[in-house]
Amino acid sequence: MNFSAHASDPLRLATTTSTENSGLLAELLPAFTKKTGIKVDVIAVGTGKALQLARHGDTDIVMVHARQAEDIFIAEGFGVNRRDVMENDFIIVGPPDDPANIQSDKKTLIALKRIADKKASFISRGDHSGTYKKERAIWKHAEISPLGNWYKEAGQGMGKVLLMASELGAYTLTDRGTWLAYKDRLSLKVLNEGGVLLKNPYGIIAVNPALHKDIQYLKAMSLIAWITSPQGQQLIDAFQKNGQRLFYPTAIQDVIADE
Amino acid sequence: MNDLSQASLNAFQLLFSGNDDLWEVISLSFGVSFSAILIATPFALVIAFILAFFQFPFRRTLISLFNTFMSVPAVIIGLTLYLILSRSGPLGDLRLLFTSKAMVIGQIMLSFPLLVAMAHASFQSADRRAWETAITLGAAPSRAFFTLMYEVRFGLIAAIVAGFGRVVAEIGCSMMVGGNILHSTRNIPTAIALETSKGEFAQGIALGMVLLVLSLSLNAGVSIFQGKGELQA
Repeated sequence: MNFSAHASDPLRLATTTSTENSGLLAELLPAFTKKTGIKVDVIAVGTGKALQLARHGDTDIVMVHARQAEDIFIAEGFGVNRRDVMENDFIIVGPPDDPANIQSDKKTLIALKRIADKKASFISRGDHSGTYKKERAIWKHAEISPLGNWYKEAGQGMGKVLLMASELGAYTLTDRGTWLAYKDRLSLKVLNEGGVLLKNPYGIIAVNPALHKDIQYLKAMSLIAWITSPQGQQLIDAFQKNGQRLFYPTAIQDVIADE
Repeated sequence: MNDLSQASLNAFQLLFSGNDDLWEVISLSFGVSFSAILIATPFALVIAFILAFFQFPFRRTLISLFNTFMSVPAVIIGLTLYLILSRSGPLGDLRLLFTSKAMVIGQIMLSFPLLVAMAHASFQSADRRAWETAITLGAAPSRAFFTLMYEVRFGLIAAIVAGFGRVVAEIGCSMMVGGNILHSTRNIPTAIALETSKGEFAQGIALGMVLLVLSLSLNAGVSIFQGKGELQA
């Protein structure tokens, strides 16, 4: 049995289910391993749990999408050297007949106000995922505190919430990746997209090596360096699922234009 | 939605197309659960026997405790074990978290109360005189213990099958201390959860069917061993 850190130990990356489920990591990590010889074990959980695992020192590095929670994580001293990696976007989906008539206005805040005014069913993730945090942040921005029977907190993953919304004819906020994977079996429609509020930036953070022994800091920094390098960023840019781009690299300005 | 029939069809194709990832997950699942039951059973049987045949203080309390622990949710066992094995926990230096060894430990903890409680019930149903006769006839206690186990073998096998059934299908603990890492700690239940969350229902159904088929063959084997399953005259 191996009780101490070795050069061959895999790097532990805690990340969100969206990066793993989309197949992005399966595309990125083998290229990183080929370049550096560092193997990566991926633990795909919600953003809240990913950060909690990192707080306990059970992972070496985290890649998540919840800017506020990431900033707190770093301010508390658990993480160091955060870099922007990429972004994708959220969308608001709902029943095709759009009972709250949110499609007629491009502004996300107006869409939410109409849902709340109409008390149209809205399903929230109700967990501590990045998507849930995003949703709460947008409600707060709209100065609405969603309360009442129309606002349902499911406490489930994105795929299950989409299925629930489809069954119940409800609105919900979803990441585009999960939507693309599920949309064929849903009777839902994209009703609001493209607004600045719906941007979803992903960051990568090394766990502070001073807090726990055995944190594989050098390997973590290698992954940060590689994923924000032109090679890593171009792989993210080129990644497609069902012919659709899912993520837009943000680590290097105009990396693709300079090609 | 006729998703179910489509998913089941795709599932069959996946199973028989020699999908390596799928079979890797299956072998990890059964490897971990067999190891856990193999390790837990001898200790559980001895404890169950002692509880059934000897009088000592707090015996009844102990029995109630084992019965109670049968209903602890797997995720609570997982969470407890996680906090113990975490790098910031008391046994963090063992570096067992997110390995298949941690999953084995979790499944031992999960199956142990069930094994003890069910084996205890079987031993209780045994005729005390069988034990006493064996001892009187000069058998060593270990020999008498094996004689007794043979007497109640059907009940004990049922206990082991039930224990295996609980651990091979549990997800909360494996997810928490295994981490569902590809090629390392992904077993059938965590893979089903993952595939479902990805919207890959066919893969999820395929894994569910494997679990069913393998459990079915296991139980078929046991029932052959048990004979007709009727009371012997």
